[in-house]
Amino acid sequence: MTEEKVFKNYPHKHLLGIEGLLPDSINYLINLSKKYANYLEDNNQKLDDLKNKTCINLFFENSTRTRTSFELAGKKLGADMLNISVGTSSIKKGETLIDTAMTLNAMQPDLIVVRHNDAGAVKLLSEKVNCGVINAGDGPHEHPTQALLDSLTILRRKKTISGLKVAICGDIMHSRVARSNIHLLNTLGAEVRVIGPATLIPKEIESMGVKVFYKMKEGLKDVDVIIMLRLQLERMSGSFVPSIREYFRYYGLNNEKLKYAHSDALVLHPGPMNRGVEIDSELADDLDRSAIFEQVQMGVAVRMACLKALIKDK
Amino acid sequence: MNLKNPFNNSKLPINYLLKNGSVIDPDKNTIEKKDVLIEGKIIKDLKKNISVDEKKFKIIDCNNFFISPGIVDMRVNIGEPGFEHKETIKSACKAAASGGVTSMVCMPNTYPAIDQPAIIQSIQRKAREVSLSKVFCTGCITRGAEGNEICELQLMREFGALGFTDGNKCVSNARVMKRALNYAKSFDGLVIQHAEEPELSQGGMVNEGEFATRMGLTGIPNYSESMIIERDLWLVRDTKCRYHVSHISTKESVEIIRKAKKEGLPITCDTAPPYFMLNELSLENYRTFSKLSPPLRTEEDRNNIINGILDGTVDVIASDHTPHDQDAKRLPFNQAEFGGVGLETLLPMTLNLVKNYNLSLTKAISLITKNPSEILGLKPVRYLQI
Repeated sequence: MTEEKVFKNYPHKHLLGIEGLLPDSINYLINLSKKYANYLEDNNQKLDDLKNKTCINLFFENSTRTRTSFELAGKKLGADMLNISVGTSSIKKGETLIDTAMTLNAMQPDLIVVRHNDAGAVKLLSEKVNCGVINAGDGPHEHPTQALLDSLTILRRKKTISGLKVAICGDIMHSRVARSNIHLLNTLGAEVRVIGPATLIPKEIESMGVKVFYKMKEGLKDVDVIIMLRLQLERMSGSFVPSIREYFRYYGLNNEKLKYAHSDALVLHPGPMNRGVEIDSELADDLDRSAIFEQVQMGVAVRMACLKALIKDK
Repeated sequence: MNLKNPFNNSKLPINYLLKNGSVIDPDKNTIEKKDVLIEGKIIKDLKKNISVDEKKFKIIDCNNFFISPGIVDMRVNIGEPGFEHKETIKSACKAAASGGVTSMVCMPNTYPAIDQPAIIQSIQRKAREVSLSKVFCTGCITRGAEGNEICELQLMREFGALGFTDGNKCVSNARVMKRALNYAKSFDGLVIQHAEEPELSQGGMVNEGEFATRMGLTGIPNYSESMIIERDLWLVRDTKCRYHVSHISTKESVEIIRKAKKEGLPITCDTAPPYFMLNELSLENYRTFSKLSPPLRTEEDRNNIINGILDGTVDVIASDHTPHDQDAKRLPFNQAEFGGVGLETLLPMTLNLVKNYNLSLTKAISLITKNPSEILGLKPVRYLQI
């Protein structure tokens, strides 16, 4: 595949978050993703863009789609992908993150993809290795490839992001997807809203450039895109919401609440879904309204683009 | 070792004459050029133009230098016993000596915690062996600093505890706190509180607000500090016990304490250099070295702490020295420990207030000498006089 020379390249060594990226860098990654997405739709053959390159997937947290998606993306590009999951590694034996980083670094990979349950952990690891690092989610901080694939999905359906009204609904407090999406959508010129019960909306989030709504009816008015978030039951200690049925009644998305939004509003969900908690089962399966499975498809393309952009020829 | 005079250290030359230094007297609020005659570790004379036999005295020319009473640091965490890999009494004493701290008050968060006289004695014995700075102890308010039953406060006081605190833990149970204050009142004890509502700040790492939200970290709200102070003030009103709040960090705390002092309550407080030198932005890029408890706050809080120091609401600056081994800090932010060192930098950071905020030099020195020794009842230590 030949690259279009619209933007020269991705200028950073790592992809640790969307915050601080210039629109050019973001557009470069999205355009590259688009090309891979188009390629994947027409072809089933592997590329050799990253032949002889080694990439390590280091996942301290359980993950199905992100890890598989990175693995598949790497394989489609001809790279050698290694998976390290924490259950079987020496981290269980008490090794510190920095030691793990230095050990992996000594094996001279071309890229490391990291997910960790502590905010900032991926940044710490990136400081100790020579190769590029992609953040595949660090605690409630950032999840840049998810935001990129959400934008790519929106772009395929809506043609542009600038000027769109996007509502992010649910557990904003514990969500890295929300933070990355807020940065990305704002950078590309969308109007971003967050909707949720006040217990799940972090303090002073307005300063990140969003409007806060506590009611779905008001928040969803005229929005073009709705990003539903998973209620992160595992990150919750203490009563953020009293019960799942109360949460679903007031903040779960169903066809009725969807009527408040623009008539062709698009529904996204980063997965894994809790059907009947934040999204109605029927709606989730409605392929006209929800792009949930398209997101997964775009995930592979976006991760191909990120791997390609970050593994630079030495 | 001489048990009767524990601070006698025969290795040092005994007699000194400090010539022509500017002597700071925080009591009289004066700075005067004087000579200081020291014989056998005791100040024998303090006036202009002292002449002595040069063979018997080592004469040090202090022209262009200030001579200050030794610094009293009322909040130091020493890792001994229990955390010797972080700090020992010896290394703490060396740090103190190099920072001009001649008396330090250690917090009881050791392992085992200082909740009975025997541990105080053991620390004092070790400090005598080191024989650099003086080491004083505080005792726990509650057994094992667990917040349930009060310790043998009066016994610990007899064995040298200068005050009672659960160190880096807050006594959150109001009933226990009331009993402790009431009991300490009966022998004029000093109760020191680390004001932080533990349930509200559970899992908290940084100041709650925009910064915590962006970083994806759990925040500790400002009011988790001030609500404990306000609660305790009700207990102080009732018990009239002497009450001291450690390392205040927020605007609200300064305001509450300012009001309480106007009301005439026996309340004092201290802050630490990070809270008037830094704000939460020091944590950018997840710098765990600035992860402190209480957390660094906003610029507005910082400015209010400075105002509190300038108008006398804040009585004391203490270092809040909390050393850690580097492995406790080179971790993801959530896992890293709270605290940083401060003994060596207490004086320069305090002098920064003189340079940048027009605090008078004598007042600045009072904050780290006279005021803490008055609160702790260390009168003999504070004077630079005969």
